Amino acid sequence: MSGVRVLVGTRKGAFVLTADGKRECWEVNGPHFAGWELYHVKGSPADPNRLYASQSTGWFGQLIQRSNDGGKSWEPVGNKFVYDGIPGTHKWYDGTPHPWEFKRVWHLEPSLTDPDTVYAGVEDAALFRSTDGAQTWEEVSGLRNHGTGPSWQPGAGGMCLHTIILDPSHPDRMYIAISAAGAFRTDDGGKIWKPINRGLHSQYIPDPDAEVGHCVHHVAMHRSRPEVLFMQKHWDVMRSDNAGDLWREVSGNLPTDFGFAIDVHAHEPETIYVVPIKSDSEHFPPDGKLRVFRSKTGGNEWEALAKGLPQHDCYVNVLRDAMAVDTLDSCGVYFGTTGGQVYASPDAGENWVPIVRDLPAVLSVEVQTLA
Amino acid sequence: MILVVLPSHLKTLAHVSGDVQLEVQGGATVRSVLDALEARFPVLRGTIRDQVTLERRPFLRFFACEEDLSLASPDAPLPDAVASGKEPFFIIGAIAGG
Repeated sequence: MSGVRVLVGTRKGAFVLTADGKRECWEVNGPHFAGWELYHVKGSPADPNRLYASQSTGWFGQLIQRSNDGGKSWEPVGNKFVYDGIPGTHKWYDGTPHPWEFKRVWHLEPSLTDPDTVYAGVEDAALFRSTDGAQTWEEVSGLRNHGTGPSWQPGAGGMCLHTIILDPSHPDRMYIAISAAGAFRTDDGGKIWKPINRGLHSQYIPDPDAEVGHCVHHVAMHRSRPEVLFMQKHWDVMRSDNAGDLWREVSGNLPTDFGFAIDVHAHEPETIYVVPIKSDSEHFPPDGKLRVFRSKTGGNEWEALAKGLPQHDCYVNVLRDAMAVDTLDSCGVYFGTTGGQVYASPDAGENWVPIVRDLPAVLSVEVQTLA
Repeated sequence: MILVVLPSHLKTLAHVSGDVQLEVQGGATVRSVLDALEARFPVLRGTIRDQVTLERRPFLRFFACEEDLSLASPDAPLPDAVASGKEPFFIIGAIAGG
């Protein structure tokens, strides 16, 4: 019987939530790595029992954990992330040069085809790759050595590479996004990278239409149409129909176009989800109402989805990696909040129920659909 | 034999319940103790000091015999009482954060 496994990273550990295909009764397993920050936990598409987790604290630094049994047991693997060559400098908040310093892994993206190959997006922004099950890591240095690297600047959350998207139809094509440098694409497996920020407009930077410097919060893609990308920028929800070469705004009738999370329905490539957040100075939903907004037209026309979600006195945030979908016939949508709730909708957003209400602040949510 | 007291998170990582007893090659220094500790528990590499620069992580400090040894040279001899195992070498996490 089919089922789902929801992998939740929080400020104080990881949790594995499982249910059968009805997604009504949930088993909660955890905390794993209690007391540590779990920025991201993700499973291999090629082997669902192979999971990778990013475990860190400000005290003890970064560890990477690997599971070969779907999260029942874990083993620490390689945690040595060394920038290739002389790291050089990027811009600090005040515009002065600042040396590149490794801080943590924000995102782990396992290969679509090889369980032992996994990418890590790190702060200060760089991309690393392991081909031995995360035992050793090597920087994909073509990205950081892009000519614009010295001009990259951190966003409020640090200069993090938080989004990695692998193109299922073009093995050498990959997208990444950095706060606050923008989005980049490689078409040759990581040797050469191209900024893909044309059409983005950010009023908070000196040149609102600059090649780099945009605070991209997250990017999503549907695997059946990998040239179509959806972006939640700091402000603005954007869309590209040509692999990021040009973006156009599709914020439409959203109550606010600030937010972090964005995702695409598993079976409807024009159906997308965002969680509008009031503003960059007030990181909570407008009017104290937690609502997911869905567009079935690839943007511009949005509808609020609120059944089962708190509609008064709700002041949580939904972070960039904290939304995911399953691939069951009736697409399930999931998201976690900084208040520790993980909500699930087994019917594409029509109705929501909390799987758990009182976890530590949720940093990431990923879903595996199990046969 | 050197006695090392680890913070609780590192005990969990290393799967030890109490203090750690270490044989150290040569003279007992902060560096030789940490080298021996990481050799015995490879999972601790990078959690106490940077894997490349070998600098102490900023939110950790080293104490022994009621002295803060964090800023001393890592190659300075540890007190005799630590080298002889009478007093432990403490690795302590800062009381900070939430």
